[in-house]
Amino acid sequence: MTTWPILSVTTFLPAVGAILVYLLARGGDETASRTARWIALWTTLITFAISLILVARFDPASTDFQFVEKASWLATGISYHMGVDGISLPLIILTTAIMPLCIIASWKSVTQRVGEYMMAFLILETLMVGTFSALDLVLFYLFFEGGLIPMFLIIGVWGGPRRVYASFKFFLYTFLGSVLMLLAIMALYWNAGTTDIPTLMHTAVPRSMQTWAWLAFFASFAVKMPMWPVHTWLPDAHVEAPTAGSVILAAILLKMGGYGFLRFSLPMFPLASHDFAPFVFTLSVIAIIYTSLVAMMQEDMKKLIAYSSVAHMGFVTMGIFAVTTQGVAGGMFQMVSHGIVSGALFLCVGVVYDRMHTREIAAYGGLVNRMPLYALTFMVFTMANVGLPGTSGFVGEFMTLLGTFKISLPTAFFATTGVILSACYALWLYRKVVFGALVKPSLMSIKDLTFRECVTLFPLIALTILFGVYPKPVLDMSAASVQQLVNNYQTAVTAVKAAALTVQ
Amino acid sequence: MSFSSAGYQLQPVLPELVLAVGAMVLLMIGAYRGQGTTRLVTALAICLLVLTGVLELWLPAGKLVTFGGSFIVDDFARFLKVLALIASAATLILSTEYLSQPSSRNFEFSILVLLSTLGMMVLISAGDLISLYLGLELMSLALYVVAASQRDNAKSSEAGLKYFVLGALSSGMLLYGASLIYGFTGTVSFAGIAAAATTGSIGIVFGLVFLLAGLCFKVSAVPFHMWTPDVYEGAPTPVTAFFASAPKVAALAVFTRATLTAFPGIVTQWQQILVFVAIASMALGSFAAIGQTNIKRLMAYSSIGHMGFALVGLASGTVEGAQGVLIYIAIYVAMTLGSFSIILAMKRNGQALEQISDFAGLSRTNPLLAFIFAMLLFSLAGVPPLAGFFGKWYVFVAAIKANLFTLAVIGVLTSVVGAFYYLSIVKVMYFDQPLGKLDPVRVELRTVLAVAGIFNIFYFAYPGPLVSVATAAAKSLF
Repeated sequence: MTTWPILSVTTFLPAVGAILVYLLARGGDETASRTARWIALWTTLITFAISLILVARFDPASTDFQFVEKASWLATGISYHMGVDGISLPLIILTTAIMPLCIIASWKSVTQRVGEYMMAFLILETLMVGTFSALDLVLFYLFFEGGLIPMFLIIGVWGGPRRVYASFKFFLYTFLGSVLMLLAIMALYWNAGTTDIPTLMHTAVPRSMQTWAWLAFFASFAVKMPMWPVHTWLPDAHVEAPTAGSVILAAILLKMGGYGFLRFSLPMFPLASHDFAPFVFTLSVIAIIYTSLVAMMQEDMKKLIAYSSVAHMGFVTMGIFAVTTQGVAGGMFQMVSHGIVSGALFLCVGVVYDRMHTREIAAYGGLVNRMPLYALTFMVFTMANVGLPGTSGFVGEFMTLLGTFKISLPTAFFATTGVILSACYALWLYRKVVFGALVKPSLMSIKDLTFRECVTLFPLIALTILFGVYPKPVLDMSAASVQQLVNNYQTAVTAVKAAALTVQ
Repeated sequence: MSFSSAGYQLQPVLPELVLAVGAMVLLMIGAYRGQGTTRLVTALAICLLVLTGVLELWLPAGKLVTFGGSFIVDDFARFLKVLALIASAATLILSTEYLSQPSSRNFEFSILVLLSTLGMMVLISAGDLISLYLGLELMSLALYVVAASQRDNAKSSEAGLKYFVLGALSSGMLLYGASLIYGFTGTVSFAGIAAAATTGSIGIVFGLVFLLAGLCFKVSAVPFHMWTPDVYEGAPTPVTAFFASAPKVAALAVFTRATLTAFPGIVTQWQQILVFVAIASMALGSFAAIGQTNIKRLMAYSSIGHMGFALVGLASGTVEGAQGVLIYIAIYVAMTLGSFSIILAMKRNGQALEQISDFAGLSRTNPLLAFIFAMLLFSLAGVPPLAGFFGKWYVFVAAIKANLFTLAVIGVLTSVVGAFYYLSIVKVMYFDQPLGKLDPVRVELRTVLAVAGIFNIFYFAYPGPLVSVATAAAKSLF
């Protein structure tokens, strides 16, 4: 059908853009900066347009990988293999859609070393899209880990006062988790003779190896997700990263953890996943309740949203490891929804940060008096974060809870308290920042959203509400793949149970 | 074409003969025409190394053996010899500036490098303990002198002396081990030892331990690493670059050949030694480097760590392991030469800079240089998609196949610790305030840097050739 490698183009186009920025935007003057911004914007927009072609040509009824490209690469069994299915495509679109918004959000706020900044973001986009479309474990690892380098630089060069600490913590935490996964990848390679993901999905892994491999993969994805108790790098990274960096981190990098669980842990190690499900449930519930409580005590806006991200990711892991159709589809939807909502919340923080250069909640109050448009925008996303029906946040949380309810009642019960807690901290934040009398002298002359900020935020409002009332597009896209995933998992688990019964 | 002497085929040693005779001729040129010929001798020495490499590749394919099995030219030897020649030639290119300074203008430097390289080639081809020792001593003797080549510098002299005393000690141990092995097997040839040493009798194991101790000294593996930081720091920087690259290739080569071809029957005996040495080297290389402030000292600990990683591959004792060692060392040489060309380029107002703090803000003053160095550092840390990751992939994949899980887990964990200090340098370059522009970087440094940098960054795009060559080379050992 397709004659050109559309997936590779989507993946590597941003990298080409980065090279263009390097070649055309030399020197640190204003002209060069402007060129860099425009090149980056156009590159991300074109990439987004191409990724929409993927959507148009994608066949949601098929459970196979589509747009497959394969070429020999490293050795026998380790090839350049790309393709998407219903689980990866929504995340790819999320990535390509968020990127242009990040570039626009950084238009004015980044003034130092603009060329390098744009290059880092473009390279990061290539690596993120590559992570979601790689169908070979080594290739996946390459993209997955490679993303650390640009993100490390983004936090460290353009970050806040404690950027060095935050960037190191981010890098080393993630690296530590991932090297263990690397060893598991090697073990899988010797087990199946290949690192081809579709092949591995149909290769049985011995029971004892499943446990170890599951734990090794879990080490990587739990850090990336992040799950309690390995989440502590996230608040630091979020607080110190520049606005667009936080957006990428929350909207896309965290999703790599969930994607990893769906792509590797469940299909390749179903028995270990089954064994460890209670463990994951426990961690998820602790994450939901504990980090929600922690979020309530925060004085920094970004930190509060960061902790709320950990809580929301708890819903995702819970839903995924329930391995019911609703749970997995809900987890999938929650990832997309959280990508939009938390990204937008960080953009909202960025709006006031650009004006006041502080993120302290106490420094604000009564913004509604001077910034009505901002108050409205912020409210939509706060409500979505709380999970108000009618916003996308509700659909995801509801479905994951529904899916888990069938499997583990206590988990669903305790997780539901998280919905209440999220209302506490989110509404508290909103009240402190937006409502009240405008008494602080520094806020007297604050301006409402500019046109540029509207351009970044309004599409996200539209999506939040659209997916809130009509989640079908996302759910349909992933339905077939999710169903197949759940079926394969159930088959594997029941087979073992039946075997155990026969032995008895 | 065949020519022989005393009944032995000389063709397999043709490249070595050319190199030896060429070195003598260059010595004569220097001796008769004086120090003014330094430039000429260096240039000719580089050409000679290239010529030797071409001759090596021109030799007929397959396994060539001469001198009754003492000298073996197989794919393994070809691969590593070419690598060692490239490394030597690159260090000579890097030393051009150093040799043009009045205080260090001596043509002997290039000739010593040539002789040392000759020793490496013999070492790589060694098929018995005698040629092993001959090659090792020729390589080392030249290295001792090179380390002390800055006679007026106390640190350089100290480095030379330290290296010599400890090196002599290790040679003694190696010889003692060799004599024990000879005593218990009745032969010095690797093939003969392999036939005799099928069970780990205490005498052979005893000799093996001493032999491995001597070899560990040469690759600077823990616990025989003590000389490395001092020698790296004290020796002139081009010499350090040389120490960190070519001799490591040769020493690892003989390490691999000796263990895999002479002692395949007692793998379990030497495997435990190598596992310990690899773990200790990786751990020390990672932890001890954290506190360093001098970049050359840091590179010393880094190289100790990297030798540990390479030995992980060897410890598995399989063809995959040998392949991993070969790929690892090739990538290591590229990363090291690139890093040292940057260290050599670090000059402000004619003053060479060796402190890590001198790199502050390099990304503002020299963005491209800083970028390449950052990529080299990430590569040394083993972060994908850079070349260093692939090196680690091949050694650890071999270790996993050999079920050395403890070794592999400790290895990757130390690589995370190691990443910390590489990141610290990136941090200094990218996050700190700039100190001022560097002097313009010389052409020869830029050339080496460009080649090493491009190889390092874009290796992932076309990894096939190196892998297939290394596979063929590794298979030739078994």
